[in-house]
Amino acid sequence: MIETLIWIAVAVVAIGMYLSWTAGRLDRLHTRIDAARAALDAQLLRRASVTQELATSGVLDPAASIVLYEAAHAARQAEEEHREVAESELSAALRAVFGETAQVEAVKEIPGGEEAASELAAAVRRVPMARRFHNDAVRAARALRRHRKVRWFRLAGHAPFPLAFEMDDEPPVALADRPVS
Amino acid sequence: MKIGIVCPYSWDVPGGVQFHIRDLAEHLIRLGHQVSVLAPADDETPLPPYVVSAGRAVPVPYNGSVARLNFGFLSAARVRRWLHDGTFDVIHIHEPTSPSLGLLACWAAQGPIVATFHTSNPRSRAMIAAYPILQPALEKISARIAVSEYARRTLVEHLGGDAVVIPNGVDVGFFAAAEPKAEWQGGTIGFIGRIDEPRKGLPVLMRALPAILAARPDTRLLVAGRGDEEEAVASLPEAMRERVEFLGMVSDEDKARLLRSVDVYVAPNTGGESFGIILVEAMSAGAPVLASDLDAFAQVLDLGAAGELFASEDADALAEAAIRLLGDPERRAELRERGAAHVRRFDWSTVGADILAVYETVTDGAASVAADERTGLRARFGLARE
Repeated sequence: MIETLIWIAVAVVAIGMYLSWTAGRLDRLHTRIDAARAALDAQLLRRASVTQELATSGVLDPAASIVLYEAAHAARQAEEEHREVAESELSAALRAVFGETAQVEAVKEIPGGEEAASELAAAVRRVPMARRFHNDAVRAARALRRHRKVRWFRLAGHAPFPLAFEMDDEPPVALADRPVS
Repeated sequence: MKIGIVCPYSWDVPGGVQFHIRDLAEHLIRLGHQVSVLAPADDETPLPPYVVSAGRAVPVPYNGSVARLNFGFLSAARVRRWLHDGTFDVIHIHEPTSPSLGLLACWAAQGPIVATFHTSNPRSRAMIAAYPILQPALEKISARIAVSEYARRTLVEHLGGDAVVIPNGVDVGFFAAAEPKAEWQGGTIGFIGRIDEPRKGLPVLMRALPAILAARPDTRLLVAGRGDEEEAVASLPEAMRERVEFLGMVSDEDKARLLRSVDVYVAPNTGGESFGIILVEAMSAGAPVLASDLDAFAQVLDLGAAGELFASEDADALAEAAIRLLGDPERRAELRERGAAHVRRFDWSTVGADILAVYETVTDGAASVAADERTGLRARFGLARE
């Protein structure tokens, strides 16, 4: 009798430790998502700012400037639920303006244009990176949260179910200058 | 930035991953970053100042060949000490799924972790069995890098999630500036790789050689790499053996000179490649490349635009393509030119910038790396003193 009780106690403690460890794992994943999301926000903001700077600097023709300014402004001001669409439209606008190498070369020739072009190239390249890292973290957290042990014991607490950030982040060919995948 | 790099394989044994880490570390140091590499090494091995030894590696059969790996209690303690002493902004783990330092570091660290996946193995049973063990460690990785689209695909299939593709880097200038050696020029085919490792494909080339020599008797085959030379030529008719020259292990300088000198570089590998750095080196040196059509090779060669491909393990196809290339100087010149343009994306200036961009993305706003002090039970139940 006593022996059975001891075994039950051991089992309960073991299960408890396992659940506690899983909760720690989940907590770490949520922290990782927060950090990845902050990084993604920073990169998106950086891309929009560089675009806006370029649009107002007068190095581009007026039509291209207006298109870029509009798109960058919309991306920066977008509400959370429209953000993915607005950022995708900024990607499309950038592709439309910098679709050809000639345009990038023209920007580079203007004083200060070289730096502007390389800043924009870095920004359009980092957005897909940051997004991929974010969505990877989201996937890992979702996989764990769907598990029985997490659902039954409510290990996730009140943390909202993580959502991936879906957008079109294809950079303009002329700026990317190498296969981006 | 303070960067810690974890190398899973023995530093004293030459290998693709080790070279990649060495070049990366040196590139980052040149840019003014502080870099420390943790690698298994014998105590007697002289190490560059930026390498910290994690102790001796144990030879274990793994992934089709004998790998020298580190595991166990002592190694884990060394990893922890290195993490603690280093106070890194980011750590970069290579091959985190190999049962060695990479995995140990993944367990022991917290904070911004970047991992590069080099291999692309077909899904193995061991991998499926190990999945529940690996997953909690791999979850800590904030950014994954795959060395090729092919490696990324394997990663997605095996482990889920996603990765950015950043190819391995090559010092293009070093190969492009090497001086050709006259005695290695004139109708020569080059091969670099372990002679006794069938995956490197020398036997396929040996089967193709009689046909090549029959069509172009002046051709010479230059083989650089370790292994039993007599065994390698055993399948050749006696008279043809003198057309094969073994150079043994060559230095980096000689490797570059060899690649500069040959008329065709042949990579007949039969599998197990996830990238193909040697092809990039050959193209950097301006050697026309003829390679087997492995997924990884096809990708490095831009699907055949920057070098020729033949059906893997098909000696006849290899012979036919080699004869055609040797007899067509214009096509070779065209390949040289395309190769030289294509390799720019593999130069360290490009690859290093991409890797730094990854570091910066994951360190943005994140705390620095620390040893993962496992929360004790007392702390979990809120009993620990703050």
